[in-house]
Amino acid sequence: MRQRPVLDVSGLPEYGYGARSPVWWGTVGFCVLEGMGFLIVIGGYLYLAFLNQQWPLSAPPGSLLWSSILTVLAVVSVWPNWLAKQNGEHENLLKVRRDLVVMSLIGLVLIVLRIFELGALHVRWDQNAYGSMVWMLLGLHTAHIVTDVIDTIVLTVLMFTRHGHGKRFSDVSDNAFYWNFVVLSWLPIYVLLYWAPRL
Amino acid sequence: MSDVLATHEPVAPIGRKSEAYAPVNPRELRDNQIDGPELTTRLAKTWGTAPGLLGALSTVDHKIIGRRYITTAFMFLFLGGLSAVFMRLQLARPENGLMGPDLYNQLFTMHGTTMMFLFGVPIGEALAVYLVPLMVGTRNIAFPRLNAFSYYVYLFGGLMIWIAFMLNIGADTGWFSYVPLSGPEYSPGKRVDFWAQMITFTELSGLAVAVEIVVTVLKQRAPGMTLDRIPLFVWAVFVNSFVIIFALPAVMIASTMLILDRLVGTHFFNPAEGGDALLYQHMFWFFGHPEVYIIFLPATGFVSAIVTTFARRQAFGYLPLVLSLIATGFLSFGLWVHHMFTVGLPQLGASFFTASSMLIAIPNGIQIFCWIATLWDGRPVVKTPLLFVLGFFFIFVAGGLSGIMLASVPIDTQVHDTYFVVAHFHYVLIGGNVFPLLGAIYYWFPKFTGRMMSERLGKWNFWLAFIGFNMAFFPMHITGLMGMPRRVYTYQAEMGWGTLNLVSTVGALILFTSFVLFLINVITSLRHGMMAGPNPWESGTLEWAAASPPHPQNFDRIPVVTNREPLWAERSAIPVATGLSVDNRELIVSTVTEARADLREASPEPSLWPFIAAVATAVAFIGSIFTPWAVLWGGSAVGIALIGWFWPKGAKEDES
Repeated sequence: MRQRPVLDVSGLPEYGYGARSPVWWGTVGFCVLEGMGFLIVIGGYLYLAFLNQQWPLSAPPGSLLWSSILTVLAVVSVWPNWLAKQNGEHENLLKVRRDLVVMSLIGLVLIVLRIFELGALHVRWDQNAYGSMVWMLLGLHTAHIVTDVIDTIVLTVLMFTRHGHGKRFSDVSDNAFYWNFVVLSWLPIYVLLYWAPRL
Repeated sequence: MSDVLATHEPVAPIGRKSEAYAPVNPRELRDNQIDGPELTTRLAKTWGTAPGLLGALSTVDHKIIGRRYITTAFMFLFLGGLSAVFMRLQLARPENGLMGPDLYNQLFTMHGTTMMFLFGVPIGEALAVYLVPLMVGTRNIAFPRLNAFSYYVYLFGGLMIWIAFMLNIGADTGWFSYVPLSGPEYSPGKRVDFWAQMITFTELSGLAVAVEIVVTVLKQRAPGMTLDRIPLFVWAVFVNSFVIIFALPAVMIASTMLILDRLVGTHFFNPAEGGDALLYQHMFWFFGHPEVYIIFLPATGFVSAIVTTFARRQAFGYLPLVLSLIATGFLSFGLWVHHMFTVGLPQLGASFFTASSMLIAIPNGIQIFCWIATLWDGRPVVKTPLLFVLGFFFIFVAGGLSGIMLASVPIDTQVHDTYFVVAHFHYVLIGGNVFPLLGAIYYWFPKFTGRMMSERLGKWNFWLAFIGFNMAFFPMHITGLMGMPRRVYTYQAEMGWGTLNLVSTVGALILFTSFVLFLINVITSLRHGMMAGPNPWESGTLEWAAASPPHPQNFDRIPVVTNREPLWAERSAIPVATGLSVDNRELIVSTVTEARADLREASPEPSLWPFIAAVATAVAFIGSIFTPWAVLWGGSAVGIALIGWFWPKGAKEDES
């Protein structure tokens, strides 16, 4: 078939940020489907909570100490995360490196806090259905923290190598976006597991 | 013109220079510098797949992956069909001794599981993987490495459950594996574990492909392909992908909880410790009903494409067709409880779900009327693809009618778990998916292979399928009303079900023969079929502007879209965009609604890592059936593979 050129795209940029980038949309897609997973488990938790006369079943809710420290740190981490995103979009390599190192460290601390949090639960997963649900929710969320922390560490190392330029800044921005999801998805779980039973 | 077709938004905030504008290397060849066969050959080299086994396992070409996906899904269709044939032979006469209950249980479980999870969901995505990039006018699917990974994960999951079946550890608790039957107490051994992990494999793969398709449709459409110029097939699989994204997590969670109950002693579904068996049913059907539409929606896309082409006019009612797709997608989430009418629900709940079950007939009815109107006003050419679509109208509408009956609680209670239900859902599933699918294969086969399928065999194929199908499944309405329950391996002669069952078995054998003809047609046409040329049916959508089979780059220059049926609107010369690299994999990223060219982005090179990651995933999933620690060490292996996958290799694509 004959062709008739009507548009020259050679001057277009090679990558973009946020909603201009396909990776951003892919990240949104995964946030939505993972968010759906959280919703289903939360729905199951509430279903059993309404079905049983007593809830939590024969165990007090988990300790507020470690879970609350974790929650505060997670919320605070949104600020350096925002800086990483901003500095990424300004393609400021030095600041991006600093922010990513900070975010990696925060992530590692959060994993340690999560381990303490799990240790301060008063129920095991095989004790009763309440324990199963609590461990399922925490396990699912822990998987998200661990995934993003590994991702952040790899990206941090990458930004210290010769690859740290160009489209990688866009990756920094998308990685920061995903971290917001990890933090946001935690808040309802925190309220549900630690405050709802105490009301 | 170019302002309508391209954005000129800066990447960096004002006053800063982004590397995204790095000047292009003057030695890099661009597609406005050469033309004709030289351009084709050079692009094919840039976008091609290396020869040899390593090349085959590293490929990220959506057409190669798509072809494998389609072939694999058909292989599972045949396996699922064969298991049905064996069941029909067993049921052909009362107290038949061909097999015992244990094998029969495995057969109906493998049949349902295979058809729903290994064929029904993947086949729509498989065709989408092949066709969507071509239809929206781009060079590869979004996230092509994820696409390769998804295929291998799907393949490994399907092989796993079938190999387990061959080793007599086949799942045997039905395709939905209800607790408590499938729980640790009533199903010891590994059979149900394999079933539950098969779900994890296939849903992981299905979800990943859904995200790829959503992003391809939103961000990689050819310049000018505004929302109202998207082909109806693409709309159908786009809406379908959203249904997948919202539905599949539920079954993944349900099967994970099931396997945890079985392997590490959790109590999600154990009423003795505060769990609940109905919770499983709710989660399963929250997925399971949308699943029916996940199977049906892509088929509406096949029908729209075939009807438009063979009616020789644009689809009547494009907007109502698109809105019906979206409405069906939404409503499909409000129906799940109608699978649970007999478990004892509050009456208000039952009424709500009856109403919504009847409501969904409306958008489906609108679609049917739009297609009929398109044919009515067109000049229909009755070739095999259209014949299958006409068969679909008949069978699907019949299935819809028994569906309306089942939506009513008293009737449903009466015929629950009988062959009436079996008849109903085979009418909607085979009518709603398999008939349009066979039409779609006849329709797109020339694009996939460059050759036409035989029309003569095609007509035989259709009539045998149509007659065999109705002969197999229509009598089941009556056997069901006479009280024959599903999932029994035999029945006594006094029940009086013998004759009807024999008719069903003969019908099933005729249906089976039609598939043998189909297979013969595919194999002989691959070698001896008439050469097709790029556009044998004179269709209007972009995939027909590419060569048959398409070159690795799909299009030498990215088309610019001016109409819903671009090839009908631009008959003399197709408008194109120029300026992409010839030496490197580059494609146009466009804006979401208006599809204005926005970025000139790199597309990933072939890589072996997705295959390695899929192998690691398979080891982790299968290992976890035997020890929970497999999640840890298997997960670490997957993590390492993913780092290898994403680490830049110094190629321009990875660097930019």
